[in-house]
Amino acid sequence: MSSVLRKQMFDEGPPSYAEVNRDVINALTTTTWRYWVTLGISAGAAVLFFIAPWIYQIIVGVGAAGMNRNAMWGTYLSNFIFWIGLSHSGTLLSAVLHITQSDWRKSIYRSAEAMTLFSLMTAAMFVMVHVGRLWFVHWTFPVPNPMELWPNFRSPLMFDVMAILTYLTASSVFIYMGSLPDFAAVRDASKGLRRRIYAVLCFGWRGTAQEWHTLGWSYTFFAVLVIPLAVSVHSIVSWDFAMSTVPGLHQTIFAPYFVCGAIYSGTAGIVTVMWMLRRYMGFGRYIGKLHIDNLSKLLLVLSLIWTYINICELFTAWYADTSFENEAILYRIWEGPFWWLWWEMITFCAFVPLLLFSRRIRQNWNVMLVISIIINIGMLTERFVIVASSLPRKFLPDAFGTYFPSLVEISITVGSFAIFTTLFLLFVKIFPAVSIYEVKETLAPLRKREARA
Amino acid sequence: MTDKLREYRADGYFAKFDYHWTMAIDLDRCTGCGACVVACQAENNLPIVGEKRVRQGREMKWLRVERYWDGDYPHARLNFIPILCQQCDKAPCEIACPVFATYHNQDGLNAQVYNRCIGTRTCAVYCPYEVRFFNWFTYTWDEPLEQQLNPDVTVREKGVMEKCTFCVQRINRAKDAARDEDRRVADGEVQPACAQSCPTDAIVFGDRNDSDSAVSRKMRDPRAYEVLKELNTAPSVIYLKNAREPLHAANGGGHHDDGAHAEAAEPHAAAGEPRMAEVESAVT
Repeated sequence: MSSVLRKQMFDEGPPSYAEVNRDVINALTTTTWRYWVTLGISAGAAVLFFIAPWIYQIIVGVGAAGMNRNAMWGTYLSNFIFWIGLSHSGTLLSAVLHITQSDWRKSIYRSAEAMTLFSLMTAAMFVMVHVGRLWFVHWTFPVPNPMELWPNFRSPLMFDVMAILTYLTASSVFIYMGSLPDFAAVRDASKGLRRRIYAVLCFGWRGTAQEWHTLGWSYTFFAVLVIPLAVSVHSIVSWDFAMSTVPGLHQTIFAPYFVCGAIYSGTAGIVTVMWMLRRYMGFGRYIGKLHIDNLSKLLLVLSLIWTYINICELFTAWYADTSFENEAILYRIWEGPFWWLWWEMITFCAFVPLLLFSRRIRQNWNVMLVISIIINIGMLTERFVIVASSLPRKFLPDAFGTYFPSLVEISITVGSFAIFTTLFLLFVKIFPAVSIYEVKETLAPLRKREARA
Repeated sequence: MTDKLREYRADGYFAKFDYHWTMAIDLDRCTGCGACVVACQAENNLPIVGEKRVRQGREMKWLRVERYWDGDYPHARLNFIPILCQQCDKAPCEIACPVFATYHNQDGLNAQVYNRCIGTRTCAVYCPYEVRFFNWFTYTWDEPLEQQLNPDVTVREKGVMEKCTFCVQRINRAKDAARDEDRRVADGEVQPACAQSCPTDAIVFGDRNDSDSAVSRKMRDPRAYEVLKELNTAPSVIYLKNAREPLHAANGGGHHDDGAHAEAAEPHAAAGEPRMAEVESAVT
């Protein structure tokens, strides 16, 4: 990366090493009352909207949700897919950019990876909310037992359990390993209990050449490992649908469709989170025009791919011309009760992002915040439309039905955002949200030039 | 214990008693009276969910009689087709379950293990016949109705999937009796509740492996077809076409060329049978 680009990373000019340490560690140690109020509200909302209705549902049964015989899957599953999708950009993007040595990733990747972690956790909670007998959910793990009962390895849900757990483990290790030198920096800059805690968290990092070397290659190793994992996770999630016989779901395009959609919504999620970090955590100096411009270009490309796959989906249905498929598509986009949601999704995810062809829009943080939220609303709808418009009408007309989410489902959907926010708010006070040592790595050449001049 | 298991798993243990249970339903004989539905409800401890939940689409009917209209009013006629679990040999639901709560047993039955089910409901989503039913709540029976529960059948709790078992409790009883006498179950010895209660003998049940059984003879009938055959699920429920003169043929016959799948589903292209694919005329 040229030094010109490096300079563009910092809108207000490159900071000094000491300033980087101070800014990032200040964000950890200085906690305003606003933070506590926000944390209180989001944790309260998580309990009120997610935990409480969930407990109610556990007591009475899944009937508390709006699902019925025709639509055995509903909002819970579509939200599960949405959250998995949101998790897709963080670690994947960070790993890809690390391997391609794109330096601009360095100030945003920590929070992006945290987003991955927490949306995966939220998604995993939806699996628990979804199942009928939560108390037996551990049967999906291949735990040896005297009955010699094993999980069914042919089941796409089984693949799901494996893929998500692997991805969760790999991303946790990835983010933790990348944070080791920063934990050490926090340790060195603090006193008392915080110092002792971070001394444990950083595994006694001292910053020797051997340690940096080991960190370097193991980090690259994990980056390479994570990329195929991320692609496989959402492919496998899509097979939950594609392996069924349901018209509208039984499509070979689903794996790339879901992976593309996942990275798309994940990248939009990163833009939203970055805006928050700039606005409320004072990281405006480290996350600048270059970042938003690059992320927006990525969004634009992904939106075009996404649009293309959507056209493919309609085309294959039309070309195959089986009446079940035709009816399913027609029901989804025109005749069904959710036709307007389909058009909303197309507007939000295919047409609105075309604005990103303009550089002025790409570099405007506030406009990008709105666009990124619009894209994610569109993606949330996409998942809902796929589930809610296909399942109620399969083959036998006598068994046709409708599906509409109940209050419990809507509340839990809202609550999941509160859960995610709570986890993220906790994260920014434990992890240095911007990577201290890697930002300094980008600064080093700039400072050398200055010293020469 | 281990020895017992080993013996149980030895080759040939089941071979002696291998059956392929099959049901043939003659739609020509079906009057849509619904006796089978009631018998099933009584035999298998199906809960009465109440009007509200039926409106929500949560009724529990392992066997339902679907109705399809033929022709336009006033020259209209109602066709019936009882739909129950088709006990597919290549069942889409079986690959779906992550914990093997549904699997194929040695009798060709698509078995459902209630106490293994964790309620992901994937099997029901994958089922093209929509014959799987989920316990959205724990249903109870008011006194003294709980006295009529069948002691041979489990009462299911909330969060569990259930479906037609071909009255597996009756099959097992007959198999046990036959094994004690070291013989195979004779044709007609076991009948599910629906077949037993059918006043017109439209439902015939038996072993497909025995080529002389009543159900095997029915299968050789030229009217025999499988519902949604093109999905390649290899169902164990065979339907015999309704051979009446179709009304809609007289009304212009527009339905004869209404798409490839209708023919694929019903290869012996007679007419008058309930047409599975007719969305417009179906729901009343």
